[in-house]
Parts: sequence; C-alpha cells; structure tokens
Amino acid sequence: MVHEVKPTPDRTLDLRTVLCPLNFVRAKLALEEMTSGQVLEVILDDGEPMRNVPRSIKSEGHMIIDVLKLADDSYRLLIRK
Amino acid sequence: MAKYIFLIRGNAMEEKIDIEGLKAELKKESKELQLDFNELKSGGYIKQTQKDLFTVRLRCPGGKVTSERLRKAAEISDRYGTGQVHISVRQSIEVPYVHYKNFDEVAESLRQIDWSVASCGPRVRVPTACAGCTYNPNGITDCQGICAAVDRKYFGAPTGHHKFKISFSGCPIDCFRTREMDLGFQGMLEPALDEDLCTGCELCVKACEEDALRMEGGLPVRDLGRCINCGDCVKVCPINAMISKRIGWLARVGGKHGKHPYFAYEVAAFLADDQVFSLIEKTIEWYTRNATGRERIGRTIERLGLNKYLDEVVVLLGLESIRDDAGRAKFYSRGNFYGT
Repeated sequence: MVHEVKPTPDRTLDLRTVLCPLNFVRAKLALEEMTSGQVLEVILDDGEPMRNVPRSIKSEGHMIIDVLKLADDSYRLLIRK
Repeated sequence: MAKYIFLIRGNAMEEKIDIEGLKAELKKESKELQLDFNELKSGGYIKQTQKDLFTVRLRCPGGKVTSERLRKAAEISDRYGTGQVHISVRQSIEVPYVHYKNFDEVAESLRQIDWSVASCGPRVRVPTACAGCTYNPNGITDCQGICAAVDRKYFGAPTGHHKFKISFSGCPIDCFRTREMDLGFQGMLEPALDEDLCTGCELCVKACEEDALRMEGGLPVRDLGRCINCGDCVKVCPINAMISKRIGWLARVGGKHGKHPYFAYEVAAFLADDQVFSLIEKTIEWYTRNATGRERIGRTIERLGLNKYLDEVVVLLGLESIRDDAGRAKFYSRGNFYGT
C-alpha cells in the first residue's frame, strides 16, 4: 500500500448530476484533448456513475491514480492519461 | 422414430395406432412430393393456421447470421413467402407462409450456401447465446464460440421425450435466460485480491451491487454467501489488485417457460468448456433414460428428486456440484422466486 504524492490535476471536470453514459463521454472527450501523462480530476456522484465510469476509463487504457470520497458523498477521481 | 411416438402418446388406446403404416404412408406422400423425408423429420417446418402453409425456421445458433445467409433468407422469403421474416424468441430467422410443395426447393436453396433449417419436436434445439466476452464489456466467457461448437455437436439429437433447450449467457445479468432452459450455462468469475497492490481505494466496494464486499482494516473482504461471481470488482479495479482467479461456467438444469414455467436449479460451478460438453451429453442421456412420456427434464427432476440427478450426472462427472439450497439461494435472494 504505497501511496505516491498526489499530483496536482491539469484539468478538472465536475460531473455531478450528469447521467450515464454522458458523464463518461465527457471525461473521454476531456482526456482526448490532454497529453499523455497529464492528470484529469473528475467528480462523480455515488451510485450508477461510480459503478460505471471508473471501469470504462480503465478499459480505455487510462490509469486511475486516486479515489477520494467527498463530504457530499460524491467521489473525486484522479486519472492519468 | 416409432418407439418415440409410443413414448409421446403413452396411453394404451393410442398405442394401437398402426405407426408403421402411418410412417409408410408419410414416406409415400413425401416421395410423390419429392420431399426429403429426413429433412422433414429433423423439424424446422412448422404448421401454420392456413391450409398447406408452413413457417420455415432457419438454423441461427447464437443468433449469429452472416450477410450471405441474411440475403438467402430474404431471397427465400421473396420467392416462397410473403417478403417478410419473423425473428423468433430464440434468435432464429423464420420465413412464414411457405407452401409445403416448395420444401425441397427451399432445402436445396439453403444447401447451396451450406445452411439448413432448425429443429422442432423432441430434439435438442438450436442453442442460443449472447455476445459474451468477445465484445460485451460485461461478458466473462466466450458464449458465441461454445454455442457454435455445441450446435455442431448436439443440434437435432433426439431426446425421446420432449424438446431440449440449451443457452449461454456470458455473465450473471443472464440476458439469455439460462434459468428458463433445460440446460443453461452462465459465465462466472472468482475474484482474488493481491493485498500488496491494493491501495484501499474502495472502488470495488462501490462497484459491487451485491453488497458482497466490505472494507476491513483498509482492505476489501468478500462475503462468499453474497458474491454471485459477476467480476465487476475485477473490472473496476484501477491497478489490477483485484484479479480473476478462475473463470468458468455455472450450470443450470431443469428450467422451462411455457404454460407452467420452471426455474432451473444451479447444479455445478466453474465448469471448463470440455466439462460443458460432458454435462450436456450425460444430461441428455439421463433425461432419455429417466423421463416419462412427453415431459421436460425439469419435471423429471421434480419427480425423482434433484439429488438423483446430481449423483448420477454431476457427481459422476466429478464436477464442482452445488448441493445445498443456500448455495443457490443467493441467486434468488432479491427476486420474487417463490421456490426459495
């Protein structure tokens, strides 16, 4: 359980209240505009979005480097392209 | 075939019917019409309400049809039908309104591209299947691959009693209704955690819809009584700490729909592909041997007890059998299945 120092995100996307699969599509579009190695921060609602989006991001070949639960029960993911 | 007809009728009055005579008569008729008698016997021609008209059911295992076959179905429908096809509930293309005098031409036309009609009657039907792991993100097992192989090997095999339906679903979502099949196979996955890699991010706990994972001392712990082996935790894990320890088929037997539906029993877990073949073979043998008259295997098991089937088929084959009701109950714990 080695935790690296959390990088500062290059871009942030608040996807709270955005429904599946649009939340994933928006994250994907954002990642497409970024360069390899950059970090995208996305904020997702609990429930369906948290069950689906991280898995789709992983299958696209990106790396989820951190998951943090926020005060309003949403989640913040750090994704390295 | 004559002895099967006896079994189907199963009542003394009807057994007096001159089966051989009837058979000879049918053969004569088919000769006059230049019908291939074997073609008719294998089924696939379904009598319609309308006089002399039949629905021709084409053989489409797993619902996969090449564009060449699609064009052939269209051609047959244009020439011998009404320019329509019907998509059956078990993934087959059917051409309705075909006159029986055209059967031999239809059969010949299908043979040209190495295609054939499907089965009906007391036989193994065309197996059905989802896309499986080949392109469905939820898929765990290769349903199309095994479905095609099972079709090649067992399609049309007579059971001596009633129809026998086989289906394949790639994951526990079970789009292909393995619970309603005489024999159903569903993909399953056993997860395992590499504790040294796990960062304790809890994504797997979030992804699990069964509440089968909870955090203990910073690591996810699996509740075996709840886990239905869907593999969602493995798919979501960002750093591949949750991995797939083994993959296989969950076998269900004795399901059916129709007027009186039966929900199948889970009988064996984590079957390898070759074990699927042995289970199909032994189950059909057991069914042919133990059923009475025109009953489905679910009814046979109900009459003789599930343990008899388990002992004589599943245990005998050395498969990982599911014997206890608790082992099955988790699959139904959130449904309204009244049998549990």
